[in-house]
Amino acid sequence: MTTTLPPPPTAAADERVAQISLVRRLVLRPEIGSLIGAAVLFILFAILSSNFYSLAGISNWLDPASLFGIMAVAVALLMIGGHFDLSAGVLTGTAGLATAIMTTQWGLNIWVALLVSLAICLGVGFANGYLVTRTGLPSFIITLAMFLMLQGLNLAVTKLITGTVSVGGMATVPYYDTVRPIFAAKINIFGVDFKIQIVWWIVVTAIGAWVLSRTRFGNWTFATGGDPVAARNVGVPAKRTTITLFMTVGACAWLVGTLKLIEQTSVQTSQGFGEELIYIVAAVIGGCLLTGGYGSVIGASIGALIFGMTNQGIVYAGLDSDWFKFFLGAMLLLAVLANQVVRRYAEQTKR
Amino acid sequence: MSAPPLLEIERVSKFFGSVIALQDISTKVEAAAVTCVLGDNGAGKSTLIKIFSGVHQHDAGEFRVEGEPVRLSSPREALDRGIATVYQDLAVVRLMPVWRNFFLGSEITKGKGPFARLDVEAMRKITKSELLAMGIDLRDVDQPIGTLSGGERQCVAIARAVYFGAKVLILDEPTAALGVKQAGVVLKYIIQARERGLGVVFITHNPHHAYPVGDRFMLLKRGRSLGDFAKDEITREELTALMAGGAELEELSHELERGGGAAAAAAHELEAVGAQLGASAAEEHLGLSGEGQEK
Repeated sequence: MTTTLPPPPTAAADERVAQISLVRRLVLRPEIGSLIGAAVLFILFAILSSNFYSLAGISNWLDPASLFGIMAVAVALLMIGGHFDLSAGVLTGTAGLATAIMTTQWGLNIWVALLVSLAICLGVGFANGYLVTRTGLPSFIITLAMFLMLQGLNLAVTKLITGTVSVGGMATVPYYDTVRPIFAAKINIFGVDFKIQIVWWIVVTAIGAWVLSRTRFGNWTFATGGDPVAARNVGVPAKRTTITLFMTVGACAWLVGTLKLIEQTSVQTSQGFGEELIYIVAAVIGGCLLTGGYGSVIGASIGALIFGMTNQGIVYAGLDSDWFKFFLGAMLLLAVLANQVVRRYAEQTKR
Repeated sequence: MSAPPLLEIERVSKFFGSVIALQDISTKVEAAAVTCVLGDNGAGKSTLIKIFSGVHQHDAGEFRVEGEPVRLSSPREALDRGIATVYQDLAVVRLMPVWRNFFLGSEITKGKGPFARLDVEAMRKITKSELLAMGIDLRDVDQPIGTLSGGERQCVAIARAVYFGAKVLILDEPTAALGVKQAGVVLKYIIQARERGLGVVFITHNPHHAYPVGDRFMLLKRGRSLGDFAKDEITREELTALMAGGAELEELSHELERGGGAAAAAAHELEAVGAQLGASAAEEHLGLSGEGQEK
């Protein structure tokens, strides 16, 4: 048997390789595409309208970005773990409706109602995760069923109890004032109000990014999404990881539903409907692979930022807002194509 | 009297219902030695390693780990006794960095409770030094493991098993899916593992891979042992001939000759190839897969 080993690389050659790998590493960051996209969009809208980069303007587009961003973080974690959640959007509605009905209709203490509502959201997440891991069916189908059921429940139960399709009057609920500073405070910066949900968004993103890259759970998330069989073979509790990820989506849906309810003091039965796809769009723009095992929480947050900027920027730029969905679709297509190129690059055998 | 072998089986049998998967198999695995298990498809190689690794339990005979008779009830128990199995799929996640794969499922953490975090620096350093000890010099343990070659991935899996306390390493056809050069690299790491004092069980159907690295050879055929030889008891030619099953090969070439024309030409070619390479390689060459009998 003869084994030919490659000759040891010379120092000069090694240096060159190191330089290439630095560029490579930068390009391989999953969030790089979304970062460039966000910068381009910001410059574009800033040229079209000076209001866009005024403090008031920034506050305006951070507003939708933050709510979508919180959900995008959870959905991105789930996608990296190899699954979808189509019920995430309507679950934000369920969270708000549950709290609103329990307080305004049944007179429950608002803090207790919030906890019960959180338990419901975690329960829905658990049910999703349990069914997916137990049956081995695609999460797409399981959560599609959950999405339809929740949509029906939101409407039917609300109508059954209140007789209408919305629940309001949160402002008159006892102890509402004790909840408001946490979920609906405004922070004044140079005379412009910024909503506290932006802080929540940043906190959720920071925790998500830290968990993903620096904890065992994050490692397991990547592994479960990348190759569930291999993960199980080396002792990763893949089922527990999946269920926890679904419950994280539930927790974030509760947070977003609560932020909206407390700020607006009312909630519609249709709330959150259709938003589940936007979370997925944000996660994909942020570099998450649809097949799992690869992606970034920060990227997903930037994806939500892109969504917020486009949403408001079109208005600032004086364009017809009917074009918004077209832009969103085009950006999604671009992001997916870019991701595919990056993935091939990442999986190349040669360096 | 020297220490008992790490693993030893004596007249072990395994039945699946009425099917005799293994009958009266005996061999042993010593520390710092490579035991090769050779056999064609359906010979019972995978059943044997599943008994070693705790997936199956033997039905008759005796299985001793370091002299102590055992029945391993689960892969976990086998691992706890230091028996690690590297399966063909290697259990690696292609898109994850090498160091994350190395420690997957057994991550090192620092800090307590909810603040427990990965000790990234330590894991990077250990991965690099453990791979270096196996003779793999990676510039960057952060590269996705999918960027490594098949042979290198195999070696990461081996190094991982060694680091996590394996005393016996069971390698399930590690060279089967590899080209000549890559297979050579893996054979080198098998020797490396042996030199670090491990007992290695090397499963293969290729006598040319087994002979250079093996200290002991056990041949399986249709669930029975064709013999268990120390290296000085058998030559490469004898091993190849045993693997080839001379009589059967002859029968095959007769059958092909009766077919006439192209089949006869193939039969001649088969004889020539068989003489050169040993029959098992020739059978593969023609896409014939032994008895094809699987439990």
